[in-house]
Amino acid sequence: MSKLHAEQVTISYGAADIVRDLTVDIPAGKVTTIIGPNGCGKSTLLKTMARLKEAKSGAVYLNGGVIQKMATKEIAKQMAILPQTPEAPSGLTVYELISYGRFPHQSGFGTMTAHDREMIEWSMDVTSVSEFRNREVDALSGGQRQRVWIAMALAQETELILLDEPTTYLDLSHQLEVLELLQSLNREEHRTIVMVLHDLNHAARFADYIVAMRNGEIVSEGTPNAVMTKGNLREVFNIDAEIVQHPRSGKPICLTYDLVKSSQLSLAGTGY
Amino acid sequence: MAMLSKRKPFWATMSFFALVTAMAASICLGAADISLSTVKDSLFAFNTADTNHQIIREVRIPRAIAGALIGAYLAMAGTIMQGMTRNPLGDPSIMGITSGAAFGIAIAFVWLQEATSLQLMMVSFIGAAFGASLVFGVGALSIGGLTPVKLALAGATISSLLISLSTAISIHFNVAKQIDFWFAGSVNGVQWMEVVLLLLIGGPVFILGLLISKSLTVLSLGEEVSKGLGQRTKFVKIVCVFIILVLSGISVSVAGVLAFIGLIVPHITRSLIGIDYRWLILFSGLFGAILVVLADIAARMIQPPFETPLGAITTLIGGPFFLYLARREGGKIL
Repeated sequence: MSKLHAEQVTISYGAADIVRDLTVDIPAGKVTTIIGPNGCGKSTLLKTMARLKEAKSGAVYLNGGVIQKMATKEIAKQMAILPQTPEAPSGLTVYELISYGRFPHQSGFGTMTAHDREMIEWSMDVTSVSEFRNREVDALSGGQRQRVWIAMALAQETELILLDEPTTYLDLSHQLEVLELLQSLNREEHRTIVMVLHDLNHAARFADYIVAMRNGEIVSEGTPNAVMTKGNLREVFNIDAEIVQHPRSGKPICLTYDLVKSSQLSLAGTGY
Repeated sequence: MAMLSKRKPFWATMSFFALVTAMAASICLGAADISLSTVKDSLFAFNTADTNHQIIREVRIPRAIAGALIGAYLAMAGTIMQGMTRNPLGDPSIMGITSGAAFGIAIAFVWLQEATSLQLMMVSFIGAAFGASLVFGVGALSIGGLTPVKLALAGATISSLLISLSTAISIHFNVAKQIDFWFAGSVNGVQWMEVVLLLLIGGPVFILGLLISKSLTVLSLGEEVSKGLGQRTKFVKIVCVFIILVLSGISVSVAGVLAFIGLIVPHITRSLIGIDYRWLILFSGLFGAILVVLADIAARMIQPPFETPLGAITTLIGGPFFLYLARREGGKIL
């Protein structure tokens, strides 16, 4: 099982510290989502854990090693990262793009082995993109394109997959499609998944573990039921939320919410 | 789908033969038309008394080889630049690199009289680096990010500035005639020594370019994706910049400013064979070589016995193409 752990990381852009002295342990074999308001540092934290961004201080550990000291190609064999809204160069076909997922496993000029091809086929199968393998990535719809990028990350053959807002710009059904795909990868393939999400109900529904951040710090972390409470949401998002339990799954659902009024007299906040 | 994307080795071989044919034509055609059999004799049964043999050996052959090499180098530099910056308007002549190189040469002419070819190449390389850093420096200051068109604007401005400075220097120090040659661009009068230097310096760098082509394709997926795939992006970029500067620098030191070769050729090549840089770099090199050899034939044929500047011909082809691209893809990334 892959283990990812950040130890007292401080991350900054220029002079401003975006994340301060943060420690988090990503549970292996689970789906973890990071939530929080814009600018809270959740994407920054994800990027740092994926060594796309350097931490000012502190360390990120991947399977016991410090990622800052590991060869980047070695990391790429253990962890895949899908950045927010990546763009493929025009003219690139689906198959070509997915085949780059094999890059960390290749050496030299990059001839593909039978195993490479097998992994590409498998990734296309699970994400149901085989039928347009020869189409250009540009020509696909947003949902299809996101599945193709996920397929590329899968072709990387890593136990750990990090995704930065994988549902951005997708309509409702495509959002579900992507999240269900990730969930089934977790359940059937036992991949550890870490993603940044904006939608609280998606986070609650698909995550085993939620990390809620505000101002570069973790406010609360744990199971959806432990994190998605009125008090936490007020503190993290400055909203007065009405939380109910899903009748079948028992997971929390944020029914409606209002901005916290200074007078504390908003409609949804009456029970607080 | 790109037209030649299937059977690439076949098309590469065909292109190579096309290049050889174009070079043969370049050797035969000119102020004095020379038959192929004379060319063959000059190679295998050289007669010092025969003027045609002399012309072929000392003028035509080095000229054809230099044209092919410079075409290949500029096209390859443009391809790498477009891939690295994801900018469809990437080209050594647009990004201030060639004018920087020419600026270096203008300075060398004044303060380094009697510079050797090798010294000129080095000065040209330094000038290229200077021009590029100015353009990217100015570009980096721009508010709201560096779009392709903004970078091209910065490049055009810096280029004009460097050309004006070079002209001022050349007039002040009375070397305008020599400098003009560099701004017009030509492979007329190329010496064997220069061809050898082009090969010795450019050859290994060209091969380095082919070796890094796979990484370049990964880099063209974007900085974060390629880092995530385990690419050492900084290292790859440094190598790319080095290749671009060396190839553009040595080309300018021999042939002056040949604008737009590095812009047109990669686009045409990409539309024909797809975006895999492993093939793109090789094909760009071949197509660039063919284009410059043909343009050089045109330079001799348009108003014989006078030479039309080769740079004027490439600009004539490239200018409209640039406007077309700027309009169609200026806001996009590659």
